[in-house]
Amino acid sequence: MKKILSLCMAMALVVSMTACGSKDDGKTTTAAADNATTAAAAENNSEAAGGETTAAAAGGETTAAAAGETVAFTGEGVFKIGGIGPTTGGASAYGIAVQRGAQIAADEINAAGGINGCQVELNFQDDEHDPEKSVNAYNTLKDWGVQVLVGSVTSNPCIAVAEKTQADNMFQLTPSGTAVDCVKYDNAFRMCFSDPNQGLESAKYIGENSLATKVAVIYDSSDPYSVGIYEAFRAEAENQSFEIVSAEAFTADSKTDFSVQVQKAKDAQADLLYMPFYYTEASLVLQECDKQSYKPVFFGVDGMDGILSVENFKVELANELMYMAPFVATSEDEMVKSFVTKYETQFGETPNQFAADAYDCMYVVKAAIEKAGVTPDMDASAICDALKTAMTEISYDGITGKGISWEATGEPNKAPMIVQIKDGVTVELQ
Amino acid sequence: MSRMKTKAMSKQMKNNLITYGLVIAAYIVVEVLMRAGMVSSLIKGLLVPLCIYVILAVSLNLTVGILGELSLGHAGFMCVGAFAGAIFSKCTMNAIPVAGLRFFLALLTGAAFAALAGILVGIPVLRLKGDYLAIVTLAFGEIIKNVINIIFLGRDSRGFHISLKDAFELGLEPEGEVIIKGPQGITGTPNDSTFFIGVLLILVTLFIVLNLIHSRTGRAIMSIRDNRIAAESVGINVTKYKLLAFTVSASLAGVAGVLYAHNLSTLAAQPKNFGYNMSIMILVFVVLGGIGNIRGSIIAAVVLTLLPELLRSLNDYRMLIYAVVLIVVMIFSWSPKCREFRERYGLKRLFNSKKSAKEEA
Repeated sequence: MKKILSLCMAMALVVSMTACGSKDDGKTTTAAADNATTAAAAENNSEAAGGETTAAAAGGETTAAAAGETVAFTGEGVFKIGGIGPTTGGASAYGIAVQRGAQIAADEINAAGGINGCQVELNFQDDEHDPEKSVNAYNTLKDWGVQVLVGSVTSNPCIAVAEKTQADNMFQLTPSGTAVDCVKYDNAFRMCFSDPNQGLESAKYIGENSLATKVAVIYDSSDPYSVGIYEAFRAEAENQSFEIVSAEAFTADSKTDFSVQVQKAKDAQADLLYMPFYYTEASLVLQECDKQSYKPVFFGVDGMDGILSVENFKVELANELMYMAPFVATSEDEMVKSFVTKYETQFGETPNQFAADAYDCMYVVKAAIEKAGVTPDMDASAICDALKTAMTEISYDGITGKGISWEATGEPNKAPMIVQIKDGVTVELQ
Repeated sequence: MSRMKTKAMSKQMKNNLITYGLVIAAYIVVEVLMRAGMVSSLIKGLLVPLCIYVILAVSLNLTVGILGELSLGHAGFMCVGAFAGAIFSKCTMNAIPVAGLRFFLALLTGAAFAALAGILVGIPVLRLKGDYLAIVTLAFGEIIKNVINIIFLGRDSRGFHISLKDAFELGLEPEGEVIIKGPQGITGTPNDSTFFIGVLLILVTLFIVLNLIHSRTGRAIMSIRDNRIAAESVGINVTKYKLLAFTVSASLAGVAGVLYAHNLSTLAAQPKNFGYNMSIMILVFVVLGGIGNIRGSIIAAVVLTLLPELLRSLNDYRMLIYAVVLIVVMIFSWSPKCREFRERYGLKRLFNSKKSAKEEA
């Protein structure tokens, strides 16, 4: 009997400790339920609001939602925007960045008077980078009453969710779902470049600027993102002036040693090494090239963003590295500067492209809503119909590109930006 | 003597009927609530996954609980079934327009391929004594995941093409279609899985497993678990029965895989869904539900799948709570003191004391 009692008490203790935990962390770990109130109560009161919501957090979204509605006094209603992405597990870095970027935008929009006078409320749900969990997260958002969906962050979950949003006719804008099928349906749009688009653009850039005649490719065959880019790159390479002399793969299970791949690229005398994968692996490839004193031109894709912040990585190895990037944190652009400053003060780290995409997504939703003139009392399906048309009519200037417009297919039209690292600083080439 | 036998039979029958009844009752309750519009979207979306996990737990219980062998690669068999079923559906999408028939055939295909994998793994390993099955199935699960990740399969008017490098090597005609795109897996499988089919498959699974357990074959399998030497000495073909139970278990996992593949429109062999963690999760369902207890597996699978989703309001802390719950349940069901406590105050005792009181009266 005593044992049961002590177990129950231990449980109660754990629950109360978790509640305290979120209070202590303040703004950094505050998530969905918390966001709602913080957003509604504007930025400055966040300290007090944070305390309040921790109590509400255990009670669930309903409390927070109710609180949000009472605080939102300017407009007649609240736009409920849902977000989905991995905030736990292996891909959590991307999901958390998106959550934070979107939150900053939501706070800004609310502080500036909302969309057409209506406040926005952001509810971000975790999907653990799993299609099944992503659909669960989407259903949770539906129960909450979501009207516009920003997500999912990663490609495969996004495809699974798109199937459901299409059935429900829910407007979906993915910040970073790069696979082609993410925007297969007419209700889905994306903020980032698609995989084929990146491969195509980088092949064109290399060809048109005559950067090389012999190109070696290393890619991650277990990652859809990497394979998608590589395939498009290879297809476009046939139309360009260079030839691919070596294409070597690695997998998620063998991404610590690149000596074989680099050796093959070197043996094939490639004068450019194309690296369509993320920066953590790229830093290892660069180190390996240095070890084998192999010095081709290095060319990467947007996953390369963040390479300068890798721990124990000699920055000079990445000198002259070129990559495609929609967003450069060191840019002189006013909007970018303001976003980066806010992100750094709130979360203590430099935002990556995922955060920037999410930030833009929120403003694109705002622009589309203003264009279509929808109101929060409309249901999600009616909003979707209106936004679908509005999306093809707007032109948006954001931090990941200027004058971005959308096709009805869901693909964005934006100029690819090639950047180069020079003496530890990222500079734009185009 | 014969009276005792019928009594034992009827008790067993009653037990089985409770298990079937539980599933049917759950189905009816959910259907009624759905008609009344009282089920949230989250639960609606979880219904098919629940069926999948129940089938997986029940089928793994056959290997772990009844056969007494540890299998750590159940997700691998599920993966084989999922991909076999999905490829079948993709290829016959135009040939068989009737969704029900196509799905039924896909289920059979998935079950057959998973059973084949089970036999291939079982033939060498089940001859051995000891924990070798655990080691080999663990490896099998990881291997199958990685193999599927490098397969590119395409189809055009000339037939199927397969490559282990990339989609270009397939050399497809322009109108050809790539079915498996390596790590991107299969997209666009028809969403044929429904809650009704899921429940039906649970009932079929239960029927197969329960009947197997209570048949002559089942008794032979359990005798191998309890004492291999004694079983051998009375002339039971140990390898044959072990292989049989293991293959049935694998093919049922394949059925669950087909259900999984047709629930979402994307299917990729990620560590998350077909990796080692998934196998362990199914094993957790079985262990927490009670090894050898089929009804317990069903309940554990349902509760442990629902729990993290229902705790979503706690945000990232739900993982912590989930782990705490697992530990608490483990202690509650296995520590000797807790068992003693349950025996003293448990439902069974109350029920029995009432019955004995009645009998005395």
